Amino acid sequence: MPNFVMSYLGSTLTPGQAGNQFWALIYVLIIFAGVSVAVVAMNWIERKALAHFQIRLGPMRVGPHGLLQPIADALKLMLKEDIIPAEADQFVFWVAPLIGLLAAFTVYTVIPFGPSQAVSDMNIGILFMLGVSSLGALGIVVAGWASNSHYPLIGALRSTAQMVSYEVAMGLAVVSAVLMTSLNPSGTGTLSMIGIVQAQQQQGIWFIFKFFPLGLLAFIIFAIAMIAETNRAPFDMAEAESELTAGYHTEYSGLRWSLFMLAEYAAMIAVSSIAVTLWLGGWMRPFPNLLQAPVWEFTFSLFPGLTFLGLAAIAGVGTARMPDHSFFRIQRIGLGAFALVLGSIALLLLLIAVVGRSANTSIAARLSEGIDYVYWFVLKVGIFMYLFIWYRATWPRYRFDQLMRVGWKVLLPISLGVLVATAIVGIIIS
Amino acid sequence: MNPGVNSALNATINPGMAPVATPFFFYLLAGLAIAGGAFVITRRNSVHSALALIVTLLSVAGLYLMLYAPFVAATQIIVYAGGIMVLFLFVIMLVNIERASKERRFNRIWPAGVAAAGALMALFVFAFVKGKALFPDRLMTLPESSNTQEIATMLYGERGSMGQYTFAFEIASLLLLVAILGAVIMTKKKM
Repeated sequence: MPNFVMSYLGSTLTPGQAGNQFWALIYVLIIFAGVSVAVVAMNWIERKALAHFQIRLGPMRVGPHGLLQPIADALKLMLKEDIIPAEADQFVFWVAPLIGLLAAFTVYTVIPFGPSQAVSDMNIGILFMLGVSSLGALGIVVAGWASNSHYPLIGALRSTAQMVSYEVAMGLAVVSAVLMTSLNPSGTGTLSMIGIVQAQQQQGIWFIFKFFPLGLLAFIIFAIAMIAETNRAPFDMAEAESELTAGYHTEYSGLRWSLFMLAEYAAMIAVSSIAVTLWLGGWMRPFPNLLQAPVWEFTFSLFPGLTFLGLAAIAGVGTARMPDHSFFRIQRIGLGAFALVLGSIALLLLLIAVVGRSANTSIAARLSEGIDYVYWFVLKVGIFMYLFIWYRATWPRYRFDQLMRVGWKVLLPISLGVLVATAIVGIIIS
Repeated sequence: MNPGVNSALNATINPGMAPVATPFFFYLLAGLAIAGGAFVITRRNSVHSALALIVTLLSVAGLYLMLYAPFVAATQIIVYAGGIMVLFLFVIMLVNIERASKERRFNRIWPAGVAAAGALMALFVFAFVKGKALFPDRLMTLPESSNTQEIATMLYGERGSMGQYTFAFEIASLLLLVAILGAVIMTKKKM
């Protein structure tokens, strides 16, 4: 392998710290592709899981179990006519989805998938994330206004009011987690995303369990606020179909509409990553302090490979159980090939893990570690994404005044109380 | 094999980091800020003005970043571009644009505005020309990696000691807290 690729794989710095723009660009491209694929996968899982929650089958026609449905949808959206209403403000209508998309994707520069698996480690990481993700509200306001139509305007007003008011509780919950970072021996807190995870590592505890129940309370406040922040059910006032057709993107169609969807899902992944980083130990595997023995290290490093092996097994069973009829031949070949691809990824990951942990060549070890970090981070974020679907299937939608009441009169006072209590306990302990 | 990239990586791992604060970025951001400002006052449609103002605020945040003040830049984005501009747009959206755009562009005191802007410009030119004599001549330290910690140290002093600005800072935050509580209480119908 070329020398410089090896030096990237073996490096212990983020591209931002190393100041290497080419390498940073590669990271950005990988993250962009990964998030886009995750959004597509999320689209399929959401439709499928929602259907099963409601005792339906969900997409079944395009590909086995509707696996190719998102691709078909994406093609359909690209081919659809792109309508700009005659009375709309053309330029603003055009620029609004881009604002949302830019805000949603810019935050990924500081998300730490591992101690060196991030585009950059900023000194102001968490502030940067909160600030840039709050710019997404601008895209929604402007989209609703530019449509020059009643439902979008009302939808935009509602969703912005909601985002702005839940940001306050969210910020206070974040501050109480940031306070906890300052309880390490050196006594300086940090706002850097990587620093926050390292603080949890040094203190040997995820912040969700710290000062029980204070960390847990702050986490719950954040978990509620982040649903409102991303305009998801049960707080999806902006898109309340029964009242506002589709809220702020009623007038949008085709590719532009899909940009809004992409931004929404990307923002969901981004806020989930904040929650994982601040309270759930980021890239750390479970029990990194208790189960420190090399045997455990090795066992946990097998997890990524085993996960893919499990997925390959599911696909393999699906292939075997496919009805023996000529209609299903292409589907069977496709699913079988998919199982083979997943299986070979699994074997590759297992090989890297075994070589990395045993032979101790530095590059393979670094690679294996990196895969572990990314795997645990993505797994934790994935749990949040599933929760988003679960909430949507379970709870009825809030009324707008109820929603504002919950934000200002319940979450805000509790988060202020948690913040003060965390500060007091922290001072007493240190 | 590309030895250039490799050696660049090795060079930059050592702290000989190439500065981001190049003249190109300065002129780009300054130009954006000025263009945004010009659009703010010349657009008839107030939503367009607000969008131009957001561009200006974001480029000023970029300028703060170039001055190695990332905390100030982040605060600028959160408070102004994120918070205040959303509220601005909120209010502007409810204004009847068609009637507003037919009103007179500038009101009668525009000469006063021009005079104020001219005076400010003269001040800047003066500071630019006479700057060497006016300000202390010392090398700037670049607290690039620890800006937030530097701010904390300045406000609260070193660990275990009382900072120079602690009292003023705490009083200011108390004032803000009282204002927040007042706003919350005003939403209650009866006490």
